[in-house]
Amino acid sequence: MAKKKKDEINFAPRGIGDEKDGAVQKGVDLPSPTRKKHKSLGLSEDDLKAMYEQMYLQRRFEERAMQQYQKGKFGGFLHLYIGQEAISTGTVFALNDDDDIITAYRDHGWGLCRGITPNEGMAELFGKKTGCSKGKGGSMHFAKTENHFWGGYGIVGGHIPIGGGLAFANKYNDNGRISATFFGDGAVDQGALHETFNIAQLWGLPAIFVVENNGYSMGTAARRHTVAEIVDRAKGYGMKSKVVNGMDVFSVYEAMKEVSEDVRENSEPYFLEIRTYRYRGHSMSDPQKYRTKEELEEYQKNDPIERLKTYLLDEDILSEKEIEEIDEKVEQEVLDAVEFADNSDFPDESALYEDMFAEDEPYFHN
Amino acid sequence: MAELQFREAIREAIDEEMAREEKVFIMGEEVAEYNGAYKATEGLLDKYGYKRVIDTPISELGFSGIGVGAAMNGLRPIVEFMTFNFAVLALDQIINHASKAGYMTGGQISMPIVFRGPNASAGQLGATHSVAYDSMYAQFPGLKVIYTSEPDDAKGLLKSAIRDDNPVIFMESEQMYGMKGEVSEEEDYIIPIGKGKVKREGSDVTIVAHGKMYHVAKKAAAQLEKDGVDAEIIDPRTVKPLDLPLIVESIKKTNRCVVVDEAHPFAGFAAEIGFLIQREAFDYLDAPVQRVTLPDVNAPFAKNLFDAWLPDAKQVIDAVNQVTYRN
Ligand SMILES: Cc1ncc(C[n+]2csc(CCOP(=O)(O)OP(=O)(O)O)c2C)c(N)n1
Ligand SMILES: [Mg+2]
Repeated sequence: MAKKKKDEINFAPRGIGDEKDGAVQKGVDLPSPTRKKHKSLGLSEDDLKAMYEQMYLQRRFEERAMQQYQKGKFGGFLHLYIGQEAISTGTVFALNDDDDIITAYRDHGWGLCRGITPNEGMAELFGKKTGCSKGKGGSMHFAKTENHFWGGYGIVGGHIPIGGGLAFANKYNDNGRISATFFGDGAVDQGALHETFNIAQLWGLPAIFVVENNGYSMGTAARRHTVAEIVDRAKGYGMKSKVVNGMDVFSVYEAMKEVSEDVRENSEPYFLEIRTYRYRGHSMSDPQKYRTKEELEEYQKNDPIERLKTYLLDEDILSEKEIEEIDEKVEQEVLDAVEFADNSDFPDESALYEDMFAEDEPYFHN
Repeated sequence: MAELQFREAIREAIDEEMAREEKVFIMGEEVAEYNGAYKATEGLLDKYGYKRVIDTPISELGFSGIGVGAAMNGLRPIVEFMTFNFAVLALDQIINHASKAGYMTGGQISMPIVFRGPNASAGQLGATHSVAYDSMYAQFPGLKVIYTSEPDDAKGLLKSAIRDDNPVIFMESEQMYGMKGEVSEEEDYIIPIGKGKVKREGSDVTIVAHGKMYHVAKKAAAQLEKDGVDAEIIDPRTVKPLDLPLIVESIKKTNRCVVVDEAHPFAGFAAEIGFLIQREAFDYLDAPVQRVTLPDVNAPFAKNLFDAWLPDAKQVIDAVNQVTYRN
């Protein structure tokens, strides 16, 4: 065999360095959205209004949070969910309220959707004692366990087995609940996903595993960090799977409804690849040189909130004026949340030592 | 001397060693196209290409193991972690394999590999992104551990680490990458692993501090000087092998010691130094050795709690006051 020329050896995906071949760079291919209308999906007009309000709340909450961050009101990381709101919203409306949800650090939308109030959420960002995690966790660790939202986690892939464990306990207790675990396309490359998929299928865990494929893992396009189609990972484990359009809340709702019934009924895991797009940088310090403005604008044409708004108007469910009223109400709620967070106290110094152990007066080494 | 940012010193070390030795390559998350999450590898892809500057998926266990295998098979990998907080996923490879393969094969395997990246906390990043791991690695036989505090040390020691035929853990800090310092322009500037440095001479108390904590100690020493206390600061630079003679020498002069460590207190660097001092310099001590460490709790997010959690100059001054009986 002829020896490969030295300069041909590289450890990069095929097509790299050939930037004109846009296929390597582009974010995700969105599958077609569902054609069904709300009635055939079993959604009432009130459901639609609530969905719209929820998505708009997630959006405005984060836009305001970003402003506050830029003003220096709080520190740490801030990963925005903007663009992906249809996934949290469609899911939460489709699942039962006591089904268990767990996600990664891009978690604000999930928290709001599962009943963290804007006040509690904003206060957590500010690191105040009134925050949903008492200011101990910050942006990456929103949680509200009483509502079966088990929180956001910052180690990529680390919470995937935990989602399996939530399902294990549900099966053990035979309580009819299922778990849904959300993670990014970057997390697909972690061994934790593969170990968990095998165990979940082996033991018949009632768990939905969902990759929110937003095209990028930090500065790396999905096609540059992972091979083949992500959804096909399930095949190797004999796990059921599906690709869903994550820019359309109806599509997410429809898929989640169907899949959750299947998982609940058969006590078997399911893998969903929901394709979406993150509008903002990975976090606040991302110059975004890895994508073009044109690409971003292309996906923004599919904006999930605009899409639902158009539907509401076209179907005469809400008038422009009624939508404006919702928008204004949400805006006020978010502004109030900023004020609430700003005026809240920081945790007491003693809180540093609280929540470490189950005991009231645990041992601390000194 | 040239004034360089910490990240530039790191880059120069990598660049020089890659230029010198074809078998050296670097891999890690975002090191190539993105030029490094903290820009430590900026420009290296352009210079060395996709063969030697390699972006990895978020697969810490996998790519660390690939580094280990490549090292066994004759290459000299530099494995970058976005932070050592994520290297936790790779511990099987670092601890069960890299540190042991040579020994358990009766010396048939050599393991010239560097695992590097930022260590410990970097502001309000929460409990999972804030742990100082240098003491933990130092617990394991077969690993060398370096946690540098200034650009000059970083350059000289990283070059040594890359040339070392053993697995070396080389630690930096997100919060130090932008920090500037004078760096030797000596051609092929090398600092031997295992050599500490007296970074401030003084006669009243010895403060041992490395990594980010060196800067806390420095700040404390400046304040103490105003209060009439002349502190000597020893930066061991290398956690393991430890330059114990340098510390003992200093204590013979000052008779008092405070150890500042960014790890939690139990069985950490500070504990080890405290033990060694009592064994090697017991007769020279005029006061029990004190330490300033993190408390035995996880990193909180809230600003006020985080500030209380992280060792600061005031805590160092209090400890100095204690060993000098000034309170
Ligand atoms: C184990 C681990 N490695 C690396 C990181 C640093 N990191 C945080 S987010 C991220 C990218 C993840 O991208 P993806 O999974 O696609 O999620 P997205 O940010 O797009 O929501 C990386 C590399 C981490 N937090 N944990
Ligand atoms: Mg992603």
